[in-house]
Parts: sequence; structure tokens; C-alpha cells
Amino acid sequence: MNGVHDMGGMDGFGKVEPEPNEPMFHEEWESRVLAMVRAMGAAGAFNIDASRFYRETLPPQVYLSSSYYKKWFLGLEALLLDKGYISKDDVASGHSVAPAKSLKHGTFSMADVERIMVRGKFGRAAPGPAKFKAGDRVRAKNIHPATHTRLPRYVRGHVGVVERDHGCHVFPDTVANDAGEHPQWLYTVVFDGRELWGPDSDPTIKVSIDAFEPYLEAV
Amino acid sequence: MSEHDHHHHDHHHSELSETELRVRALESILTEKGYVEAAALDAIVQAYETKIGPHNGARVVAKAWSDPAFKQALLEDASKAVGTLGHVSRVGDHLVAIENTPGRHNMVVCTLCSCYPWEMLGLPPVWYKASPYRSRAVKDPRGVLADFGVSLPKETEIRVWDSTAETRFLVLPMRPAGTEGWSEDQLAELVTRDSMIGTGFPKTPGAPS
Repeated sequence: MNGVHDMGGMDGFGKVEPEPNEPMFHEEWESRVLAMVRAMGAAGAFNIDASRFYRETLPPQVYLSSSYYKKWFLGLEALLLDKGYISKDDVASGHSVAPAKSLKHGTFSMADVERIMVRGKFGRAAPGPAKFKAGDRVRAKNIHPATHTRLPRYVRGHVGVVERDHGCHVFPDTVANDAGEHPQWLYTVVFDGRELWGPDSDPTIKVSIDAFEPYLEAV
Repeated sequence: MSEHDHHHHDHHHSELSETELRVRALESILTEKGYVEAAALDAIVQAYETKIGPHNGARVVAKAWSDPAFKQALLEDASKAVGTLGHVSRVGDHLVAIENTPGRHNMVVCTLCSCYPWEMLGLPPVWYKASPYRSRAVKDPRGVLADFGVSLPKETEIRVWDSTAETRFLVLPMRPAGTEGWSEDQLAELVTRDSMIGTGFPKTPGAPS
């Protein structure tokens, strides 16, 4: 979706402000939100792309004015409500008043903690041959899906070069909507700064994205 | 949700923000429904606080600086190469290491959310997740580097890697001069988190830290 989360190339957000000796969490609740998101995902309530999509669908003014973990909390609450794991009555009372829904992988317990400290595997068997190879010139399609996608707006319609082939991966655009993994070839595609930002761009800049095959067309 | 909705809670509302109240309420709901064990949530937080962090990435970089065969393996398949180091960190399948050279500087961003190599670098800092970095890194990387007090020769190519899929990128910075004969442990002390994101350089030998 063309949301405010897709902010590559936007102006006006100001300087980057590194914080010396930054703590891991600024408030204790942030750590609880992190843990709840990781645990409910591992228990099977949602996949990583669904959790991203619920953050992206927060109203733009909320997205831009909320801290990272606040967005995580708001996205988690909306997702769990939407998928029926919690109810509005639960939220209003601050306790469970509605029946629980069964989770694909059951209760998240101590025995599961070790498992989630390893990244998930997103590589899948190839359903067919790769359409592109390193060195091929490709155009990022001018497409504007209204649902979750990982093709940022700033590359759409622009021509780049395939640099690496990462094999086939779970396709975020479908898995985020519970429409299946539909594995797709994944490539690193490099764009010249001037191709993206015009002739006044710094000529020494190159920008790459990792693009799923359906995002690309041959040039 | 207003404060009086929580009158049945026994903690001191006046000291808690609305967000904190809502987070506590959600945790109560999830544990009461049997979705999560509260102790398991504690254990997740503890694991993030103790097991991951930039010390993992620093060990990998120091090893690559010391061992040419490891460096080559790292650049060919970083997940596999890091896997051979045993307990450094469990990175999964999709880690890619990218090498800085005198002619090319690499910098990593996630414009769409905040993808970051957690297992190598720990949880990302606020600036990495905030709008200024995410919006500007792909259009004005030199301006972003200037915000970090970093400048590069004007002819150096700057390659920005936007982490738009589940691949995760670790920058292999250049080994500082004056470190000939140093042990891996000594070298690891010079490797900063930001040097592995591409927004900084390793520390210089002898410079105050």
C-alpha cells in the first residue's frame, strides 16, 4: 500500500539524531511489547508480514507520531482484534472476558524461548526457473498494490541491474494476507542514484533493493 | 481508553502512562487466555538483553580481518561462515556480508520498516527506526553520514542497501591501519556497531574511546 511507512526519498523529517549510550529500552513497557509480539507470532497468531501490514495500516498521523514500540503495540492490538484472538470487551475491561481462540502452535511457554532467538527460514523450493540472472537490466514495475508489498515507491518505473540471486523466498505480498507463501525468486537489484533522483543527484550513489520476481520486468 | 476504566487495577494509575496501562492490560488478557506464559515473556526480554548485541558482529568482523579464508567464506555465504564460529550467534539463513573498500562504502537501511541484523548487532537504535534515517539514507546518504560526523572522499562510491526482504546485511568495515599483529580479541574492541551499519568507522588504535 502507498502508506507513509514507505518513506524512502521523502524530505522534511530533519536530521538523524544518534543518542549516545542509548539504552536497549527507554521504558519498561517497550520490552513487554517486544516479547508479546515475538511470542504471539511464534504461537501462530500471525506471520512477520502480517504484523508489518498492521503497522502500515495505522492512520498516517498515528504512524508518524508514534514511537517504534508504540507502533508495534498498536499494530499487535489491531491484529489480534481483527483475527479474533482478543475482543473489544477484553480490551475495555483490561482482562479476558471472552473465550480464547485456539492457536496454531499452542501456548507460548518457556520451552519455546530458545527457538525464537534463531531467525526463521524464508527460503523455499523453487517452483520454476529464475527469469533473471546477475547482469540483467530490469525495470521495477509501476504497480501500486493496495495491500502489503515490499516494493518501495521510489524505485517503481526505474531501471536497475540484477546483482545477486538469493534463491526463492516466501512472497510477502500474499503471505501477509493469509493467501499463501507463493515462493518467488528474490534478487538484489541496483539502481544508479541519477536514475532514481534525477540528473542533479550525487553521481557516486547507488541504491539496491531486494526485489521479488513479480516486481520486475525485462528491459 | 480513559483512566477510570482501570479502577479495578490495584496499581497507582497516576504514575502510569496511558500506553503503559494498555500494554499491561493486553499482557493480562494474553496470559489469562492461556496464549502466553508470563514467565516466558520475561525470558524473551532477558534473552534479548543478554544474548544478542554488537559484540556478535564485532567478533565476526575481527575474524574476517585476521583470517583471509574466513573473510572469503563470509563474503560468499555469511550465514554459513558465521555458523562455523559456533556460539557467536544463530543467524538463520539470510545474512549477507558486504565489504567496504577504498573505492566503495556500504550503508544499510530499511526504508519500509526497520529490518536489521538483530542476531549480529542486537536491537536497532532509535535513529535507525526513525523517519529521518529511513527517508534520507537512499536519497542523500552523504548528508546522513554528515549527521554522524562522517565524511568520505567525494569520489568514493556510496552503496546503500535497502533491506526490503528477509535478507540481512552486515557491513565489513576496512581494518584500521596500525593494527598489524593484533589478536582477534584486540581487533574486536575496535569494531563499533555503527561501522557495521555503515554510518561510522571502526575506532582508531590509540584514540580515546
